[in-house]
Amino acid sequence: MVKQKKIISADIFTTPLRVLYDAMVSVMDFVMHPIQNRVGVRGMAYIFVLPNLLIFGIFILFPMILNFYYAFTGGPRLFPQDRPFVGMDNLNRLFTCQDFLVPNSCREDLFWRAATNTITFVILQVALLVLVSLMTALILNRNIRARGFFRSVFFYPVLLSPVVVALIWKWILQQDGVLNALIVSLGGEKLPFLINADWARFWVIIISVWAQMGFYTLILLAGLQSIPGELYEAASMDGAGSVQAFRAITIPLLMPTMLVVLVLSLIRAVQAFDQVFAFTGGGPGTATTYMVQYIYTTGFANQTREFGLAAAASLVMASVLLLLTVGQLRLGRTSNLA
Amino acid sequence: MKKALFFVVVMGLLISIMPALAQDAVELRITWYSDGNEGEVLRGLLDEFEAANPDIKVVVDEVDYANGIQQLLPVQVEAGEGPDMARVTNFDAFKGKYLDLRPLVADAAYWDASFPAAALAALYNADDTDQIYGFPNQFTVTGPFINRTLFEQAGIEVPSDMNDAVTWEEWTAVAQQVAEATETPYAIAMDRSGHRFAGPAFSEGATFFNEDGTITMDTPGFRLMAEIFMGWHADSITPADVWIGAGGTYNAAAPYFINGQLVMYMSGSWQIAAFARDIGDAFDWEAVPNPTGPGGSTGMPGGTYMVAFGDTEHPAEVARVMDYLASVDALKAFTEKTLFLPAHLGLGELTYETDNAAAAAALNVFVSEVPKLSDQAYELQFGGQAFAINNPVRDRLTQVLTGELTLDEAMAQLQQDVDDALAAQ
Repeated sequence: MVKQKKIISADIFTTPLRVLYDAMVSVMDFVMHPIQNRVGVRGMAYIFVLPNLLIFGIFILFPMILNFYYAFTGGPRLFPQDRPFVGMDNLNRLFTCQDFLVPNSCREDLFWRAATNTITFVILQVALLVLVSLMTALILNRNIRARGFFRSVFFYPVLLSPVVVALIWKWILQQDGVLNALIVSLGGEKLPFLINADWARFWVIIISVWAQMGFYTLILLAGLQSIPGELYEAASMDGAGSVQAFRAITIPLLMPTMLVVLVLSLIRAVQAFDQVFAFTGGGPGTATTYMVQYIYTTGFANQTREFGLAAAASLVMASVLLLLTVGQLRLGRTSNLA
Repeated sequence: MKKALFFVVVMGLLISIMPALAQDAVELRITWYSDGNEGEVLRGLLDEFEAANPDIKVVVDEVDYANGIQQLLPVQVEAGEGPDMARVTNFDAFKGKYLDLRPLVADAAYWDASFPAAALAALYNADDTDQIYGFPNQFTVTGPFINRTLFEQAGIEVPSDMNDAVTWEEWTAVAQQVAEATETPYAIAMDRSGHRFAGPAFSEGATFFNEDGTITMDTPGFRLMAEIFMGWHADSITPADVWIGAGGTYNAAAPYFINGQLVMYMSGSWQIAAFARDIGDAFDWEAVPNPTGPGGSTGMPGGTYMVAFGDTEHPAEVARVMDYLASVDALKAFTEKTLFLPAHLGLGELTYETDNAAAAAALNVFVSEVPKLSDQAYELQFGGQAFAINNPVRDRLTQVLTGELTLDEAMAQLQQDVDDALAAQ
């Protein structure tokens, strides 16, 4: 005797959902209809974007305006009404310098050290990050064994909190850490990974690349997979080698994706803070103090709490980011036209 | 059916408002940090208080010192989001934000008689006269500890056993000999703190405060101590992680000492309870007098204050808690259990709750250091300008250690930092 499979009617799932949906539509209709009558169909667009605009206004626009105001005020008090207007004093203090290339000659030498550190970090980190992400994406795009596993492995650090990443690596690299213990057990001498400025800068870049490359690899992989395979077949039939195909097909067609990766990683690098702060605290000395940490320290960590100076530094940084963004938009437009 | 529905709705409402009905007690919050067992001791005292005062519940939020107390608490209080009370060391940071307890406490005369007037006045704004904003619940003195077992293993005499006036140079040389003889990783270390550095600098002849009210950081005494300190790092006899590897925050070298990796450790009396607990009988440790120099043999005074904040919604209840914590019984119990030096003038004879002979001896050493504290040291701690000096000293010295600045450049930047910080107020 053959057992008959019990067939579950789809209705037992869809009916409650249908009822719920109808109820929600009724409620929405009840709320929206009078509004539409009042503002008209064209006005409804503004009603729908209003919640998002409110969030943007409260959490982004308002703080930006407040920051602008703070940059021209002084004193230690927090609330705007308690802060005296000081005009350009904070910006003047930041830009009082005998030689902008020599931080020690500047009145706010720590600002210029942070600026110099940030520029160096951005150039090296972004270049390495894009290069490593591209190489990884190219490898993972090939038909290698356990490709899915490797994709997961490279993406895994992206899922970790930046502070967790920093603490894990600190545990490995500190003077009495795991790596030095290994070196000593192999007969070597401890290396000053976190107490030598050059070593610390090196590891900050390596760790941020390790932590972020999975994300950019994924973007580049998607870009690579969107390149039609027929192009490579045609090139192969025309006698093109793999290097030629890479230069003539992969690079040009991947360029829009590369641009996205470049811009995202650039902006993220300029904003570097949490991971580095938890990893080195900005040290040794000020070797890994970047702009955001300078702003945080000046405004909140120092006992003097110079909110105005910190806000002025934020303005300078925002201006740089604005320039980068405009540059990216123009580059993107040129690339699209091409 | 309708009756049943009505019953369910009424019961639901009752259940939802029951917690609110039960919450008669006013909840107060204290932000607190611990070097040793202070948090546990405070909790025990508050449990007794709550048993006797069921209308008040006190929640203690334990935070770490560097971030929680030094960095976050001032911002929270400034923003009106602070706790009702807190244990603080950087009391300058909260001036203008304290709650005046004088009209609220049961007996203001008791407070005036029990704590040094200068200690209460350290919390004042410029135009304050007799406010009570809190009380010092602990007095501290900075000074060095040594690992005596290492000296014995090395067969080297402890210099302070033979001589009352040992210099920093002598201590450095002897500690280095002991470290080499016993293959101990580090000879000498100091907490990463401008406050900790100030005592030795004053002993070497540094003076910060001029008679005309100005501050001068660059003095031969400061430079002398800075050079000794730079020598520790240049010779790799101090753990570089403590100052160079710490970034921009306070960092204690205590773990190296507790783990027997350090011969001599410059810290302070607040470490005694932690050492008694964590070192146990692993080795013999002791406090030794502050080294001597042209400026004397001074450590730095210090201490923690229990303060109340003006933004509290329950000033009367806060005053009751403060009255209790400032009482002779509570402070005596707190002092005896935490092995702190008392800042209360009338606790009488103390029986410290420790069977650790080293802890008892260390307490005696630090008590004998109090008369040697210099005027400059008191001025730095209680004069209201420490906020402008201590952290810049720490950070500029670190830049010298990493090679970012020469000592000359650091001294110039340090003076600028201090001037800017004072001007910004």
